[in-house]
Amino acid sequence: MMIPALLLIAFVILASAGVAMVLRNLIHSALLLVLSWTGIAAFYLWAGAEFVAFAQILVYAGGISMVVLFAVLLTRPARDAELAVPPPTVLRIAAGLMASAMVGSITVMAVLTTHFEAAGARAPGLTVKDLGALLAGPHAAALLLVGVILTVALLGAIIIAAPEPAPRPEDQP
Amino acid sequence: MSALQLCLLLSSGLFCIGLTVALTRSNSILVLLGVELMLNAANLNFIAFWRYGGGSASAGVVFVLFSIAVAAAEAAIGLALVIAVYRHQKNIRLQEAVRLKG
Repeated sequence: MMIPALLLIAFVILASAGVAMVLRNLIHSALLLVLSWTGIAAFYLWAGAEFVAFAQILVYAGGISMVVLFAVLLTRPARDAELAVPPPTVLRIAAGLMASAMVGSITVMAVLTTHFEAAGARAPGLTVKDLGALLAGPHAAALLLVGVILTVALLGAIIIAAPEPAPRPEDQP
Repeated sequence: MSALQLCLLLSSGLFCIGLTVALTRSNSILVLLGVELMLNAANLNFIAFWRYGGGSASAGVVFVLFSIAVAAAEAAIGLALVIAVYRHQKNIRLQEAVRLKG
């Protein structure tokens, strides 16, 4: 019962991510990646981490996808015909495929040859209350730091992306 | 094959897709999305080991929450940089962003 559901979720995640990365149209890629991220949220639900699943949906399917779509629309090439990404060279594709195949074979062999302890049948229970106590207790400093990082990063993003102000006439010498 | 191994295989497949994209595509938005996929693969590993690792530690879930927050900050900064590069060059091909080199 659990394994077929996992296989279905894995198929959705991998197929949508793989197809998204091959497509030439960036908007289609972004929309397919939303499907992939939602599949990852389904995996978290399957594993019993409900809070993380909803955080994934909120942040990725809700937030990051919107930012990506805005970036795609704001950075269209001047001519509409160039919306398609120019194809990379064969050498780059071959080198990239070979590098990732090597990394993939190493990780797959490591997974297949390692002996893992037999897992518990039940998911470790972790309610939202427990999670809140953990975040406000032992991990409170890390939570504050993440808040600071998010604030600084988003302010920096606004400053980077904001257009340079036109020079005012009274600033001219 | 145990469920933990299947989860780990899924995450390594996702990592490989992200790595291939980050290495081969020349559109900076797609490269950024490939990095996001790799981050998501790491998060899948945290949850898989939290679920099947045998211990009762809950650090996996907490760490994934922090990781998602940092990934959101990274995406915002990266796309802001893409927009800034586009304003100067009128395209977002990585090969033409060589002026960013130090």
